[in-house]
Amino acid sequence: MSDEASPMSVRTLSYVDAIREATDREMARDASVLLFGLDVDDPKAILGTTQGLVAKYGPERVFGTPLSEDAMTGAAIGMALAGLRPIHVHIRMDFVMLAMNQLVNMAAKSSYMFGGQQHVPLVVRSIIGKSWGQGAQHSQGLYPFFMHVPGLKVVAPSTPYDAKGCMSAAVRDDNPVMFVEHRILYYRQGPVPENDYQVEPGRARIAVAGSDVTLVGISYMQLECLRAQRYLESVGVSAEVIDPIWLAPLDVDTIVASARRTGRLVVVDNGWTTCGAGAEILAAVGEACAGGPAPSMQRMGFAPVPCPTTPSLEAAFYPNARTIAACAYDLVHGGAQGWLPAERDDLKSIEFKGPF
Amino acid sequence: MNESAMRLHDAALVERLYRSLYRIRRVEEDIARRYPGNDIKSPVHLSIGQEAIAVGVCEALAPDDVVFGTYRGHAMYLAKGGDLDRMIAELFGRVDGCARGKGGSMHLVDVARGVMGTSAVVATTIPNAVGYAYAMKLRREPRIVVSFFGDGATEEGVFYESINFAALKRVPVLFVCENNGWAIHTHQRQRQATLDICGRVRAFGMDAQRIEDGDVFDIHGTVAAAAARMRAGDSGPLFIECMTSRWREHVGPGEDFELGFRSREDEARWIEDDAVAKLAALIPERQRAAVDAAVHAEIENAFTRAAASPFPDADELHRHVFHER
Ligand SMILES: Cc1ncc(C[n+]2csc(CCOP(=O)(O)OP(=O)(O)O)c2C)c(N)n1
Repeated sequence: MSDEASPMSVRTLSYVDAIREATDREMARDASVLLFGLDVDDPKAILGTTQGLVAKYGPERVFGTPLSEDAMTGAAIGMALAGLRPIHVHIRMDFVMLAMNQLVNMAAKSSYMFGGQQHVPLVVRSIIGKSWGQGAQHSQGLYPFFMHVPGLKVVAPSTPYDAKGCMSAAVRDDNPVMFVEHRILYYRQGPVPENDYQVEPGRARIAVAGSDVTLVGISYMQLECLRAQRYLESVGVSAEVIDPIWLAPLDVDTIVASARRTGRLVVVDNGWTTCGAGAEILAAVGEACAGGPAPSMQRMGFAPVPCPTTPSLEAAFYPNARTIAACAYDLVHGGAQGWLPAERDDLKSIEFKGPF
Repeated sequence: MNESAMRLHDAALVERLYRSLYRIRRVEEDIARRYPGNDIKSPVHLSIGQEAIAVGVCEALAPDDVVFGTYRGHAMYLAKGGDLDRMIAELFGRVDGCARGKGGSMHLVDVARGVMGTSAVVATTIPNAVGYAYAMKLRREPRIVVSFFGDGATEEGVFYESINFAALKRVPVLFVCENNGWAIHTHQRQRQATLDICGRVRAFGMDAQRIEDGDVFDIHGTVAAAAARMRAGDSGPLFIECMTSRWREHVGPGEDFELGFRSREDEARWIEDDAVAKLAALIPERQRAAVDAAVHAEIENAFTRAAASPFPDADELHRHVFHER
């Protein structure tokens, strides 16, 4: 298995189509792969990511469920124990909270607690929402909860390429994998090879090389970091942008090496900073650099409040390309420089228009 | 003459029910009409077609009774007396909104009127209502609690855990299941092996009754009787299932018949049996015109005030994370 692909067969696909294609390929390859969750078989097909799959694989392998997240997660674990490879889909990450007991106390524990006799090959997909008044219960990035628990893998791909490769790797993994998607990333287009490939756990990617500061952007914040890199470039600051892709296991080495080189590190989380993925990354880098020169480090993430619906407050709730650039600029030049780039049309984030 | 026809003689009740029904219908139709204007930056789950439930229930409650509900909560909020100006301002994301612009359409609240708040996560407020009712019983207060939810919510484990505890402790909570047949685009038949929600509830030791036709007088009368029993302290929790129909899409201002999962014909008997039109026909023309005019003026005013209300200041972002005395 490799994540190299022949450039001959590369097309431009959306994040949505990349997920659907990976699911389709894995289901075609392996009859033990199942796909279910609320609304996977309805006309909107989880925003298109499950489109056409009931028709192709039939209602025994692809089905919508009752509103019963807890029981369906437990049932998915039972199916996995029987040798199936279920993919359980949640249209919002917030709803995964109803499944916490099964995920944390059973899925994560089964291999270890049963001395290796059991294992749970399970993929749990969930989507983080943003904007248009999604508000407190429809926009949370709760993946750090899962990073905390040994026995769970966590992946948050940001490109169509990684969405396909990570989905394929997640389905083939013999362990529970929390597959974290983001609603705004669904609009992202990018090159995706036609052939099968896996983006394996524990390998980060340097998306843009640079020398003055390292930006690590998680999930959707990877996009904002790429935009921040462009703002910084315009004022002569060379930013290296890293996409960790897998959060557990986490590729600390790539981040440490980069931060050592640039001497500065900003981690932008798609969640709250306290006990977040950024906190974990900074701690790991700090430990790796202990006793030697340590990079200057900064965390960014959601404001420490529930997500407000009103646009006037939402703007201050999320980090964005300009505030990330300003933070990196301050690290590079030292102290509060007061620089905030004027918004550029070519670097605006895509505005999500309602209703949902 | 049946019971509901007899009630038609109570002209004051008829006018009250009509006014509430018409007001909710107009508010939501206005929301839908204005939605493309982008002032409402909030997902909206309209109750259009289902108003008779919220109205029939809430008109039978006392002002200090309380209700808990869902993201499809406009009708419940308004029927229980929730402030209209503050609701529209909330949808506009303004500081004068009932949640100061921080909650949106899915999180309406007006504690002073007994609207305890709505949740976007299905079935989450059901146990909250039970706990509130436990407190009422503990404090010997003759107040009752109503828990509103959809047919989909009855699939969640917490629903069964909640009705079991409520029945066990005999707390004064009225469960109101608004059965519109659909959870987003999936029919109850695709989600439940048997459709007999009331039968399941009875198995937990609770009286349950189904109202088939959405008749607002039936709903009102049933709830008035249930409330009286609960207040007298001898019934324990009660359950009613109200069959109904959602005319618009699950979320958003439009319809969803073009998606093909259901047709307008499927809902036709409900649309033809519209509670708003039926009650309008029971009221003398001049009287009705006066009600309508007052409702129109109130709604126009609410939208105007909402548009004039400021967005919250930046410092509002960090307020209310914890209780502020
Ligand atoms: C726990 C949870 N799971 C899934 C969802 C997504 N969802 C939102 S509304 C809905 C359907 C609910 O149907 P029902 O309870 O019948 O209420 P209705 O929308 O018809 O009023 C679903 C599945 C959610 N909000 N919460």
